[in-house]
Amino acid sequence: MDRTRGPVDPVRAAAARYAGARVARVEDPRLLTGHGTFVDDVVRPGMLHACFVRSPLARARITGIDVSEALAVEGVHAVFTAEDLNPGVHEPWYSLAGRDVPDSPRPPLAEDEVRFVGDPVALVVAADRYLAEDAAELVVVDYEPLPPVVDYVTARESAELVFPQFARNVLGELGGRPTTELAPVFDQAPWSVRETVYQQAYAPVPIETRGLVAEWSAAGGELTIWAATQSPHEVRLFCSRLLGLPEHRIRVVMRDTGGGFGQKAVVQREDMCVMLAALKVPAALKWIEDRRENLLAAGQSRHEHGDVRMAFDADGRILAASIDYVQDVGAYPVPWPVGPSMAVGMFFPGPYRVPEGTFSITSVFSNTVGRTAYRGPWQFESVARELMLDVAARRMGMDPVELRRRNLLRRDELPYTNPVGVPYGDISPLETFEQALGMLDYEAFRKEQERARGEGRFLGVGTCTYVEPTTAGMGVHGTEGATIRIEPSGKVNVYVSGGSTGNSLETTVVQLTADALGVDIADVHTIQGDTAITPFGGGTGGSRSGSMTAGAVAETAAVLRERIAAIAAHRLEAAAEDIELVDGHARVRGVPGAGLSLAEIAAIAYLQPESLPPGMPAGLEASGRYRAESMIILANATHLCTCEVDVTTGRVTLLRYIVSEDCGPMINPSVVEGQIAGGTVQGIGGALYEHLAYDADGNPVTGTFMDYLLPTAAEVPIIEYGHVETPGPGPGGYKGVGEGGAIGAPPAVINAVADALAPFGVHITRLPLTPESIVTLVRRARESRAAEPGTVPR
Amino acid sequence: MPDVDIQVRVNGTLRRDTVPPRLTLADYLRERCQLTGTHLGCEHGVCGACTVLLDGQAVRACLVFAVQADGAQVTTIEGIASPDGELSPVQAAFRDHHGLQCGFCTPGFVISVTAFLRDHPDPTDEQIREGLSGNLCRCTGYQGILKAVRAAADGTSAMEETG
Repeated sequence: MDRTRGPVDPVRAAAARYAGARVARVEDPRLLTGHGTFVDDVVRPGMLHACFVRSPLARARITGIDVSEALAVEGVHAVFTAEDLNPGVHEPWYSLAGRDVPDSPRPPLAEDEVRFVGDPVALVVAADRYLAEDAAELVVVDYEPLPPVVDYVTARESAELVFPQFARNVLGELGGRPTTELAPVFDQAPWSVRETVYQQAYAPVPIETRGLVAEWSAAGGELTIWAATQSPHEVRLFCSRLLGLPEHRIRVVMRDTGGGFGQKAVVQREDMCVMLAALKVPAALKWIEDRRENLLAAGQSRHEHGDVRMAFDADGRILAASIDYVQDVGAYPVPWPVGPSMAVGMFFPGPYRVPEGTFSITSVFSNTVGRTAYRGPWQFESVARELMLDVAARRMGMDPVELRRRNLLRRDELPYTNPVGVPYGDISPLETFEQALGMLDYEAFRKEQERARGEGRFLGVGTCTYVEPTTAGMGVHGTEGATIRIEPSGKVNVYVSGGSTGNSLETTVVQLTADALGVDIADVHTIQGDTAITPFGGGTGGSRSGSMTAGAVAETAAVLRERIAAIAAHRLEAAAEDIELVDGHARVRGVPGAGLSLAEIAAIAYLQPESLPPGMPAGLEASGRYRAESMIILANATHLCTCEVDVTTGRVTLLRYIVSEDCGPMINPSVVEGQIAGGTVQGIGGALYEHLAYDADGNPVTGTFMDYLLPTAAEVPIIEYGHVETPGPGPGGYKGVGEGGAIGAPPAVINAVADALAPFGVHITRLPLTPESIVTLVRRARESRAAEPGTVPR
Repeated sequence: MPDVDIQVRVNGTLRRDTVPPRLTLADYLRERCQLTGTHLGCEHGVCGACTVLLDGQAVRACLVFAVQADGAQVTTIEGIASPDGELSPVQAAFRDHHGLQCGFCTPGFVISVTAFLRDHPDPTDEQIREGLSGNLCRCTGYQGILKAVRAAADGTSAMEETG
């Protein structure tokens, strides 16, 4: 079945010249020369600057706020508190979650109670940022400290409540069939393993922090917002609901956003404050978050644990798998985190043959920063499953690769429905697994590992194979629009919602449009990220942009191709079905030399309407909206890494890192590899370095890049890529590839470290694997097995 | 503290300004000179996004006050390409090797690498990694950046095929 075709389309463009090629990015020249336009680069006449006063306590009652001293500072325009801004809130709900979900409160500024260190309490507006920060220091807030709920793990048993209306500090619970139903399988299986795996909080940490500029024109009743965002249209829609302003009176502009990774997917509380305050100040209002605020208040992700069980028969075939999963949602999660957490349970069985399985999911509040979306938000399914497979393999005395070979789904078993009801098709998990092993030469590595152990060096290898939901075809993510204007000169402008946030969407759209119209790529330009100009779009997230914009461009270009062909056929006195578009010309198939350039056709369409065929509309402009053809497009990949662990210092050195993935055909291999690499290194950071940590009183202890450690060029391995290509059920067969790296990397790295430390009998269930934690694990293993001399390396 | 008069040659052009002593060089460049290519990623000297050349030395403009640049020459990312827009060898190598994605950290990398390769014209891979370790990137996983610096060092940067 040919799944690589777009919508039904009688006029085909010539074979793709650009899709599949390493086309140089169109974004690069401006970004390389310092001429990008990030939100902090936007300057407006008389622009004012905002700075937040934030809570220094994890939980406290606000008993008084005195802004008089701050207001007295020269250059200070206003100091807003909750009573000034919060009454302006109309309907603050997110399009992704919908209006009717049982969402948690999200007041712009804290009202009676602060609920985490960093909770915004007041907003200072001044002539410049320096003055705003000075004045923020002078706002006096009286707090009556309350006992905080710091540890989400014990929060359900706490006598204290983050919100009085949420009993046991539980925001929501979801589940499949009761775990007890599977108890007999686990109890009677030849092999049964059970562990509780804990993942630490870490965060998206884009290098550009959050920020926006909001400018209200009272006379015109228009609000213009320049934002660092992954979704300009969601910012507009949310703002419209928030302020009760008509959507068409709001314009949101983003040219360049300095990374988002989920953190900039939706409007957060600070953004709401700036939107509300903008209506009350006489000029544009700018807020640019600083790094301290970003690590304090922009959100955490990944803080979660799971009670994981897997049962196997005597040959290592999986009989059942279950996970009881609990996630920390902090105090103010954005957006509603309960619905999306379902994916942890749905994909926990992964690309394996799992006859029976179930899950439960609990979302628990704590007095820490709220949970936000982060690249593969359901990533814990892979962490839990892949760690357990290695634990099980060691216990069974089986090579973890062999265990996976016995259980990975084969292509001839597809389509397949996993035990919790998720249908799989168009995936290739065993192929990516074998490709990655082949790239490494797994057997040779095992021999090298054996030799190294003889020399007192500890090498390890770990893998992770996962199946990943991309391009969800539902709700606000279910459609994407494009407008293509072939201008009177024949040059092409293509408009999509998009915007540059690092995922090369401008290049992608230009490539796809050039192919769809059969024109030179230099003749196509794209305009994105301005809600006044582009069609509505769902934003970048959920690994949806490649497939969805491909659909939008294909749908729209098909209309134009028909019109181009009709105009050319009329002028050339040929049949429209004999016209083909190639090299910027409409030619009569099989008649060399007979043709019209796109410039000539455009000139007819705009400048000589009298020459158009009867009934043909003038101009060459079309808008189309693609509706996703399937509920989900599955991608899959195998991550494989090798490492050396220095058991004295706890240092982990990654040796080789291989990613074999199947994202279907690649629109631009450089972009695909860049997405994989970026996600992978974020995952490596999560496994080894990054920890958004709190002390026992709820004080954040990683407020700078000296404490919150991002991977640098000095640590990262060279990533080797393997591609398997199984077209997916959508335009071009393309699948999403933006998130997978961040899903597959942590388990592969953790398993490699666990494998290196296997001679010690080390048991890894808590992350991250910092040098300190590794040294402690080794020391404890040595101590606990000291009674058995010779079983543990010295 | 009273404002201070300074003279700075920015990208070859002499400027006179009166600035508060606490104004950082980064804010001076961004706000007074309207050279917004110098980006602020942490404002505590770790991420390297604000790196500029101060009398030829790569410095973090968030950790330098504008008054400290008095009498100095400053080169920002806007002063790296040729006036006609032709990319420098380092910039061209970043483009050829997918060395940037969102582009926010990129100016700092380009400046750091420009200084690094001037001082280490024939670097080892290890020196390159060390030389880049003061700049943070969250998009690329450093893969394209490492390739770009290698290529720029070897003088082998060339446009990859576009089809």
